[in-house]
Amino acid sequence: MTQRASAEGPPRDAGPPVGGGAQSALRGASILLEASGIAKRFGGVQALTDVSFTIRHGEIYGLIGPNGAGKTTLFNVLTGIYETDDGQFMFDGEPLDHLKPNEVAARGIARTFQNIRLFANLSALENVMIGRHVRTHAGVFGAITRNARTRAEERAIAARGFELLEYVGVAERAHDLARHLPYGFQRRLEIARALATEPKLLALDEPAAGMNATETAALSKLLHDIRRDGTTILLIEHDMKLVMGVCDRVLVLDYGRKIAEGPAADVRANPAVIDAYLGGDIALDLKGA
Amino acid sequence: MDIFLQQLVNGLTLGSVYAIVALGYTMVYGIVQLINFAHGEVVMIGAMVAYTVISMLAATHLPPLAIVTIATLAAIPVCMTVGYLLERVAYRPLRRAPRLAPLITAIGLSIILQNLALLIWSRAPLPYPQVITTVSYSLTSHPNGATITNVQVAILVMSALMMTGLMLLIYRTKLGVAMRATAQNQSVAGLMGIDINRVIAITFAIGAGLAAVAGVMVGSYYGVAHYQMGFILGLKAFSAAVLGGIGNMAGAMLGGLLLGIIEALGAGYVGDLTNLCQLSHWFGAIAERCQTNPNLALFGSNYQDVFAFLVLIAVLVFRPSGLLGERVADRA
Amino acid sequence: MTALLNLNRRRDPRLAWAGLAVMAIALLVLPFALAGIGTAWVRITNLAILYCFLALGLNIVVGFAGLLDLGYIAFYAVGAYVYALLASPHFNVHLPFWVILPIGAAFACLFGVLLGTPTLKLRGDYLAIVTLGFGEIIRIFLNNLSQPVNITNGAQGVYMIDPFRIGSFSFAKPEVIAGLSFSGPVKYYYILLAFLVASIVINLRLQDSRIGRAWEAIREDEVAARAMGINTRNMKLLAFAMGASFGGIAGGMFSAIQGFISPESFILVESIMVLSMVVLGGMGNVFGVVLGALLLSYIPEVLRYTVGPVQRAMFGRTLIDPEVIRMLLFGFALVLMMLFRPAGIWPSALRKRELESKAA
Repeated sequence: MTQRASAEGPPRDAGPPVGGGAQSALRGASILLEASGIAKRFGGVQALTDVSFTIRHGEIYGLIGPNGAGKTTLFNVLTGIYETDDGQFMFDGEPLDHLKPNEVAARGIARTFQNIRLFANLSALENVMIGRHVRTHAGVFGAITRNARTRAEERAIAARGFELLEYVGVAERAHDLARHLPYGFQRRLEIARALATEPKLLALDEPAAGMNATETAALSKLLHDIRRDGTTILLIEHDMKLVMGVCDRVLVLDYGRKIAEGPAADVRANPAVIDAYLGGDIALDLKGA
Repeated sequence: MDIFLQQLVNGLTLGSVYAIVALGYTMVYGIVQLINFAHGEVVMIGAMVAYTVISMLAATHLPPLAIVTIATLAAIPVCMTVGYLLERVAYRPLRRAPRLAPLITAIGLSIILQNLALLIWSRAPLPYPQVITTVSYSLTSHPNGATITNVQVAILVMSALMMTGLMLLIYRTKLGVAMRATAQNQSVAGLMGIDINRVIAITFAIGAGLAAVAGVMVGSYYGVAHYQMGFILGLKAFSAAVLGGIGNMAGAMLGGLLLGIIEALGAGYVGDLTNLCQLSHWFGAIAERCQTNPNLALFGSNYQDVFAFLVLIAVLVFRPSGLLGERVADRA
Repeated sequence: MTALLNLNRRRDPRLAWAGLAVMAIALLVLPFALAGIGTAWVRITNLAILYCFLALGLNIVVGFAGLLDLGYIAFYAVGAYVYALLASPHFNVHLPFWVILPIGAAFACLFGVLLGTPTLKLRGDYLAIVTLGFGEIIRIFLNNLSQPVNITNGAQGVYMIDPFRIGSFSFAKPEVIAGLSFSGPVKYYYILLAFLVASIVINLRLQDSRIGRAWEAIREDEVAARAMGINTRNMKLLAFAMGASFGGIAGGMFSAIQGFISPESFILVESIMVLSMVVLGGMGNVFGVVLGALLLSYIPEVLRYTVGPVQRAMFGRTLIDPEVIRMLLFGFALVLMMLFRPAGIWPSALRKRELESKAA
């Protein structure tokens, strides 16, 4: 989608997202996120039961399962929207206990939402600039005095915002309102906004939902680019073609329990997984993929 | 003990009025998630209309009960019309607007209703003609103990009847089912053939009808009506609705009664509780002043209106869902 | 937004500067022109500027951060009473105004934080009611804190409040400087104008900053804002505290100019009036808010000078009190604006998009 990103890589000065391909390969084996025994109840409903998995630095990790399997719930407990009832996340060597969503974001996990939650009445550029909030510092004093440091920071925020828009291929619509953007652009803008927070882990909740084949292909390429540039990705997705195409490893949830985890190809052949999907359209997709 | 009993009676009386008004807030909130800020003004209009009717009939020789009944029956349709108009003109067009919009129109409506009332009636407080002679009944064996008046009894009985009637309406009639369905899920209720707009309009009208009766009660209880009386009353009733859990009918009743009692007991005891003369053993300066004025209270009963707000803030901080409500605080 | 604004500004800098210069001269000459019509109009203008200042403070809370504060006048009251108690014979304390105004702002800010801390996690309409209740509580206290120790002098209010004074230069006394005679109100006009310009600059700069963007984000979608790492609670508290400080400073100036304050000056209607100014002008648009404040300050005065005499000429007596007409005007303005022009007379680009897309 973005020729610039594919041809010459991300802009060099700041370099979206972080690090470089070589670095991610070096760190390929170390663990970024470790979930152990995660459980979550809503009243009488056990949404997640004893879910454990690990995500390594630099991989694209898929999270799949039938509707209602608990995928989004897992996202929400990971990103601090809900508290876990049991279990723990270790992120980059430190526990993520009782953190609020903004603290989780500050620690380096950025997310997108299943039903896009952009700042609909702000421009695309402003959306990404807001993503820079957590990595910038100007306060009221700086805002009012507009001192040299604040002005420099503002310029950097805008420049970085623009770079990221180019990176995801939305730069041409930078000054349009988010809600006036075409659907596929909105999805990618949400990714750019998340990348602006400089995440170590980018958590995407069904980014391909509602996309046509061309848009999905472009998204797949974007995910590869992001990973190549050093950001680990956690991906919830229903589109099996996309999952099988981009994910290194996959976790399968069913009724809030882990039923399989492993390389995409292995999981596809796993009888428990086929069983879980059996009868649905997705089962056909699974075989076709 | 007598003070306690007396304040309990007063609190229950006032509380049942709050409960009736709170029901109006809570019904509307339950069905359209909107704080009908102008609801207090509807109560005021009820009191004003009743004032006019009672004044006109006071000279006739109708029995007092008949006069008050006629006044109430006159106030109800007027208030229901006002309630309906509020919904139709100012809230319905904004049903899908951002939350602040209907709240701001509601404030505007409040101001309009108050000033129209000022123009129609008067800027001065209007004394209710004393058609009913107040009779006090002693609640204790000794002569200067706690009492309950016939007006208080009437208010308590009337409120109980109205609450029962409302519950029957909501849980035993087809309209009630439609209202509950609309509160649960408007679009689904619409698909099931319920006329949503009609149900919402009726809800506003019923709330306003209750408000009318509450207006008559307040007017007769305090013996006065004033164009600004609706504001504080409305706020307190809203606090009561929040205390009980907004959107919850039983909660509104419980909240109303509790708030009335808290307020009455608070007003009755705050003077004694904060009387600095209790400290005169420790502070000579205070003891000196207490010789001339034995009641050196830090806060007196003139702080009565503060209690409702303190309760409101406390509830919202510690239990935003209210006593009987479900969680609403973080709905977007 | 930054880029867009810059583009607009760059259209023709010389023209913009010329326009600004003309406006500055007009504003500097204005009080003398007004004094020609009548000194009352200078006073009215001073109050109008004070309301602009107040409305700009509330704009930070309501317009930028989207928090509906219905008790804003409480902060104004706090500032006014701090000034009155520290510069009047009531306690026989007479501090200079440049010392008291910051104290008043700090006090108001403290109250803002005290009120905000427990309530800012509440949903918008709940917050509105709680702030409204808070406003009433403050007023009840001001009314009653004359017993047992006389702090506020109760309903009688505080009298003989010192005017602004720098050394022997008092802002209340008329004076001839360089052949021009400056009356007290005219002197105040200039100091108020300076405060107003400062507050406009602060508002504009805040809006177009990291903080301003965080507020916009919160107003647009709080969950998404939090997921982006914005500490929504602190940011809201900041908006509240800043708005309150503005209110505190305005209150101090009000005290000094009037020389007398009582709880009657801080009733709920005042909160609603300031809110009307913000809503009418256009929430979030700094110049819209100023326009709204000016309109709602001047229209009632114009009414006062026209409605009464016209009625007397036509009917021989005053049928409808101008005050009632003023209030009805407010009420209808609020309702009609929300129904037909929800973004205000002069909406901010953002608000316009947001409020006009009802079905979104």
